[in-house]
Amino acid sequence: MTPQLQVENLGTWFYTRHGIVKAVDGVDFHVAAGETLAIVGESGCGKSMTALSLMRLIPDPPGRIVSGAVKLGGRDLLKISEEEMRKVRGNEISMIFQEPMTSLNPVMTIGKQIAEALILHRDMNRQQALKRAVEMLDLVRIPEPAQRAREYPHQLSGGMRQRAMIAMALACNPKVLVADEPTTALDVTIQAQILDLIVELQREFKAAVILITHDLGVVAETAHRVIVMYAGRKVEEAAVGPLFAKPLHPYTAGLMKSIPRLELMRGEERRQTERLQEIPGIVPPLFALPAGCAFAPRCPKADDLCRRERPTYEEKQSGHWAACWHTDG
Amino acid sequence: MVDATPILEVKDLKKHFPVRKGLLRRTVGQVHAVDGISFSIGEGETLGLVGESGCGKSTAGRAVLRLIEPTAGSVRMAGQDITHLPKKALRPYRRQMQIVFQDPFSSLNPRMTVGDIVGEPLFVHGLAKARERREQVAALFERVGLRPAQMANYPHQFSGGQRQRIGIARALALGPKLIVGDEPVSALDVSIQAQVINLLQDLQRERRLSYLFISHNLAVVEHISHRIAVMYLGRIVEYADTRSIFVRPQHPYTEALLSAVPVPDPTVKRQKRILEGDVPSPVNPPAGCHFHTRCPYAKAHCKVEAPPLREIAPGHHVSCHLR
Repeated sequence: MTPQLQVENLGTWFYTRHGIVKAVDGVDFHVAAGETLAIVGESGCGKSMTALSLMRLIPDPPGRIVSGAVKLGGRDLLKISEEEMRKVRGNEISMIFQEPMTSLNPVMTIGKQIAEALILHRDMNRQQALKRAVEMLDLVRIPEPAQRAREYPHQLSGGMRQRAMIAMALACNPKVLVADEPTTALDVTIQAQILDLIVELQREFKAAVILITHDLGVVAETAHRVIVMYAGRKVEEAAVGPLFAKPLHPYTAGLMKSIPRLELMRGEERRQTERLQEIPGIVPPLFALPAGCAFAPRCPKADDLCRRERPTYEEKQSGHWAACWHTDG
Repeated sequence: MVDATPILEVKDLKKHFPVRKGLLRRTVGQVHAVDGISFSIGEGETLGLVGESGCGKSTAGRAVLRLIEPTAGSVRMAGQDITHLPKKALRPYRRQMQIVFQDPFSSLNPRMTVGDIVGEPLFVHGLAKARERREQVAALFERVGLRPAQMANYPHQFSGGQRQRIGIARALALGPKLIVGDEPVSALDVSIQAQVINLLQDLQRERRLSYLFISHNLAVVEHISHRIAVMYLGRIVEYADTRSIFVRPQHPYTEALLSAVPVPDPTVKRQKRILEGDVPSPVNPPAGCHFHTRCPYAKAHCKVEAPPLREIAPGHHVSCHLR
């Protein structure tokens, strides 16, 4: 598979009064058509900033993309003008956000919002675009799409709004879809509907999907490949199977052990008294990262080497990368 | 461990909110937020109250503590009916029941030091002089994993997990028997979530605390609860011990809810039962069984008659005509 999107050495820094915050610090990855790449991590790990960097939506100031390349269709999106970027955004690469209520325009009907992208990028006239918008709403399985197209965002439920967002994002048949916590604000039964929809539409549209999430359950069920981020950098990367079967980085392993795993539902036994495994401490502030490995202060395996020198990010097993000095032990 | 006299016993609890409209603010309808629920919690026991947004689980938690006044029904604390106790008579019972909120950012007064926040319940109830209070607060800080030296700091100087520890210390200050946790770990990152869950469980074992644990996160609820009540649109649809709920769910809604939870294991391939549609509005809930509009098995009389909560196996209650 040739990668649809190739990201190289992406660096996004914020210039704050506490100093320079390296929100994204030298991140590389690629996604192929029809593939879902999940980027996981906790608040502040840089996963959302990575997504916004791809779209060139970083608030500047205080933020700035300081290095790297985002290659899509033979072009580097970081090199083209803002005017050209506007032709790419929503057309070749589009994004869905966590909170559909704040990312939809409250004073514009759903249909018009979807049509806007089509008029802008596909040279359709209003009528054609509105007709296509209704088709898109039908595609994301919104009942009575013609009626819904005339409604405003506040008239829709949370799940419906997220469907409308997806319809909008896919209207121009983009090559890459960036989904930033698309189901975090939704209830579980609605989350299941939306994830199901994304997977199905991806098959149909052959888009490359970048799924940003903190939920390992969502990752396990929807992603093909996974990147784990910590403090602005990649710490591990592998196909979803090997990553869950044998996480190599102590942070990934710690994350997996710290979540309740629904043993009963999976027909396994469980001791009532079992404790969850904790990762001690908290994520260090990004403007005051330790000298060596950023995870060292919380890591059970950390030694002097870890505290002194940042581990190299290397391929430990075929297709399985990690940044840790102690993956063999 | 259950029964004897339960710490908390709730019977037919209802909370309706009026919907007012127009110039004269006339009441045009009622939101049936909690529509007749019953449950009990024994000493040292955790009851998980689960359901999706708008199902009334938080309202139920607040009505139990009389932070909002119930519309009907009764709440008993250790055998004593507290539903209609006047404010003054309620105070001693307030000491026995505390709440931990979801949002550790908005539930702590930003202008008070965290030491004062944790000590405030002791002050309000006149339980300790200034010096004793400091000592007790310091002990609470140590117990929840904070340094007593941090007592002079303000909430904004703490991380989310630490703030939740402060909220827990405040809830513990009066030596309560029951703590209502309203989504107490939902706002926390997973690595921090585990720390707080472990703390809650350790405290329960140490102090024989009872928890009403309100959450939408089924994995967390499975881990922490002894028994579980599943709510849908203001009613309890299933109520049983944790094992029964997760191994043999009986209500179609519980079934769907469980099958929708993403399992963090890519080797598990499950047949998902994806529910159609959204939760109907609690202002005009559907007649009959509230769930019939989304239920894949609904029959004609589900639309007419509301199924009662029946005990179908020892300790396993379900409200469904088809079971």
